Amino acid sequence: MNSTNTATLTQPGVPMRVRNVSKRFGAFKALDNVSLEVAAGELVCLLGPSGCGKTTLLRCIAGLERQDDGHLYLGDRDVSELAPQARDYGILFQSYALFPNLTVEANIAYGLAGRNRDGARKRVVQMLELVGLTDSEKKFPGQLSGGQQQRVALARALAPAPSLLLLDEPMSALDARVREHLCTHLRQLQRSLGITTLMVTHNQDEAMLMADRIAVMNNGKVEQYATPQDIYDKPATPFVAEFVGQGNWLPFQRNSDSHAQVGGLSIRLAADAGRAASGRLFCRPEAISVNPVLHQENLFAARVREITFLGNRCRMRFELNQLPGHALTAEVGTHELPRLGAQDIFVALPPSSLQVFA
Amino acid sequence: MAAHMALPLTGKQSAQVPLGDRIFVLGGKLFLLLLLGVAVLMPLLAIFWRGFSAEGGQGGGWVAARELVTSDNFHWLVGNSLNVSLSVAAIVVPLAYLFAYALQRTLIPGKRIWRGLSLLPLMAPSMLPGIALVYLFGNQGVLRGLVADNIYGFWGIVLGEAIYTFPHALMILLSALSLADARLFDAASSMGASPFKAFRSITWPGTRQAVFAAFCLVFTLTITDFGVPVVVGGDYQVLALEAYKAVVGQQQFGRGALIGMVLLLPALFSFGVDAWLRRQHGDAMSGRAQVFKPLSSKGRDGCYLAIVLLICAALLLVFGMAVYSSLVKFWPYNLSLSLNHYQFSDTAGGGWLAYRNSVTMALCTALIGSAVIFTGAYLMEKTNGQKRLNLALRMLSFVPMAVPGLVLGLGYVFFFNLPGNPLHVFYGTMTLLVVCTIAHYLTTAHMTATTALRQLDSEFEAAALSLKAPLYRHYWRVTLPICLPALLDIVRYLFVSAMTTVSAAIFLYSPDTILAAVAVLNMDDAGNVGGAAAMSTLILFTSAGVSLLLAWASRGVLRRSQAWRQGAPAQ
Repeated sequence: MNSTNTATLTQPGVPMRVRNVSKRFGAFKALDNVSLEVAAGELVCLLGPSGCGKTTLLRCIAGLERQDDGHLYLGDRDVSELAPQARDYGILFQSYALFPNLTVEANIAYGLAGRNRDGARKRVVQMLELVGLTDSEKKFPGQLSGGQQQRVALARALAPAPSLLLLDEPMSALDARVREHLCTHLRQLQRSLGITTLMVTHNQDEAMLMADRIAVMNNGKVEQYATPQDIYDKPATPFVAEFVGQGNWLPFQRNSDSHAQVGGLSIRLAADAGRAASGRLFCRPEAISVNPVLHQENLFAARVREITFLGNRCRMRFELNQLPGHALTAEVGTHELPRLGAQDIFVALPPSSLQVFA
Repeated sequence: MAAHMALPLTGKQSAQVPLGDRIFVLGGKLFLLLLLGVAVLMPLLAIFWRGFSAEGGQGGGWVAARELVTSDNFHWLVGNSLNVSLSVAAIVVPLAYLFAYALQRTLIPGKRIWRGLSLLPLMAPSMLPGIALVYLFGNQGVLRGLVADNIYGFWGIVLGEAIYTFPHALMILLSALSLADARLFDAASSMGASPFKAFRSITWPGTRQAVFAAFCLVFTLTITDFGVPVVVGGDYQVLALEAYKAVVGQQQFGRGALIGMVLLLPALFSFGVDAWLRRQHGDAMSGRAQVFKPLSSKGRDGCYLAIVLLICAALLLVFGMAVYSSLVKFWPYNLSLSLNHYQFSDTAGGGWLAYRNSVTMALCTALIGSAVIFTGAYLMEKTNGQKRLNLALRMLSFVPMAVPGLVLGLGYVFFFNLPGNPLHVFYGTMTLLVVCTIAHYLTTAHMTATTALRQLDSEFEAAALSLKAPLYRHYWRVTLPICLPALLDIVRYLFVSAMTTVSAAIFLYSPDTILAAVAVLNMDDAGNVGGAAAMSTLILFTSAGVSLLLAWASRGVLRRSQAWRQGAPAQ
């Protein structure tokens, strides 16, 4: 698509703010004092397990649920108490919710009722071009593939040029094969339109692939709100560490400022590792080096239990000799396998990769 | 070209829901609440008020109630009613089960014909089977020689009610037997289970609740019907007839109300038990079930075809007899055919006026009723504001199912004749007949609408709102076109029900608004059985004709919308 053209297709992005929003369903706290700021033109993912409140938050922003407490701002308007029709957003549902009895064209024109006929017609053509479905305007949604339906739903949501785009699990009805391609496509489109976007997903790959920032949610709270890289490399809470990616956990007692005691091992920590007297150490599998060529700190003898082939890399399960019965995981490139040789290995746990959770 | 493409937001946004939608949603719900209050709740309360108020000469009040329930006559009536209703249920439910099984689980030929024939009793007032039985087995009946005694009495009522209630039981059982998971039957046969064992362990547990529901429905319909007993009951009196006579014949409103309350009991009981069973039962079919396709089996299909043919032959005999007798000049002395009975000249029954009234009433009921009920169901299902109002509406919508027409009619008599009730002006008018009929048949129509609406994607409304489309426009442009077949089904149901109903209407008509089904009753009462047969036949053909017309229209709708219905994503 052509970015000089698409930039004019929507209004300039506006920021969106959620301030201290709470929502209960009976005794269940779906949202617990949630605050969130989305910058103009930013794409933010709400990521979390089912029941974490991400969908409730989206529905509150859309006005489909009414929050018990707190405020929602779109640009400088307080939209907290507005009806959905008055909020000015477009939404793409998991099911797409395309109206089956209307053609693609009529679906896209659905939100353009206030315009004159020519204006609406022009806008529909423009939207069809934008999503690359110019030949399908007379078809019915049921005659399209899942991916095409998604694009129609997106065109319909964008047609009235809303200032906010909401995406509710947009990829989950699609085949895994086309998902990644469509994620990229959606992201490019969003970026070129510059429309502020909030997307709900339980799939971390989608979130990583698309988001400027990710808000990881659990039990109705935002656990961490940061860039995908920070979420992965510096998880703020054990929940985030566990939910995003793979990881190893080692229970420890602090025995000095610089060292932690794990079983029979004394493990050196980084200088900025915090002061917790006990707790758990966290380490990503790929941060562990197996049989390092150069000498490294925290080098321990270990025994391989199992190797799983994953294509370009292998997952290796092993136990530290000084910590029997506690399986850990490392990831190594497949090409390194021959070099690793026997069952008895050495592993290094670099201090900089060890994160301390109290 | 850029600037004018961007959509500027129109000035100030209204903070609230647009006015049109507020009128549509809140206005619609309040209108429905008013309707249900005036047309269902108040009449019901009026029955209790009437039954327990000891106004002189009305036969009501506590003392009268004690006298009534301790009298021998009452015991005799209750005994008769129970005997008849239990017998009818015991005969009809097994037959309907076999019939439904044949249609759903075997490969007999001509299923659509048999199904259509089995629905015949729905198309005529309950008096028609009675009239036909009189011509078949009455004192001058063509088959009089086959029976030891004449038909008037217990067996007459049982046979007549059996025919009248058969399709009602059949419809419940058909839908229960339509759900079957092929995987269960494959598993059973792979474990070496015989067909009988498979039936006992798979089919029966899946359908026994429906059997219970069918039994209750047949029982309730029979015990509250007076159309059949009035024609072939003879000296064998039942409760429903007694209530009718108390109110219409003797103006004993209190006594009528007391009997009405007694007749409300079985319906309330079965309604409660059925609701409880439903909660216990849970979901019968999982989403991954595979559709059961019966294998061919010559022996089995032969047996079932014989059963189906026998039942259909009996139905055809009865309905054929009614039509034939309406054409005979002077039974049994002059069997030449004529249309004399269709002139309705010598009757006080209302004649063609009654027929015209009935068609008007049925059209109004069908058109207004389906619009109100479907829109009401839409508002209840698809708007999530006003939660308490929705709950109240839902509960009230289920009340009419538990109230027999006879009882509802009595309630109308009492409520609209209350001293000082400003609504009294409606008494005896077409308006009240339409309102009463809509209220009487509301639950079934409401459930049809709800089922259709629940199949729609629950996000349709949210999507429409996000596109700033008013809800009423969305309802008109998307919901109605998708649900048109269900809507036509409701129109058909209401039309046919309104054409054939007597139970409530019998208390509410005036000479100007007399209905065809009421005329049948009156003509039969006056000894003009030929005229009654002719009027029944008119009702039968009108109902059947309109049903076929609507079925044809529905097929047309489906064909025209095939392009989008075919591949529509399953939600």
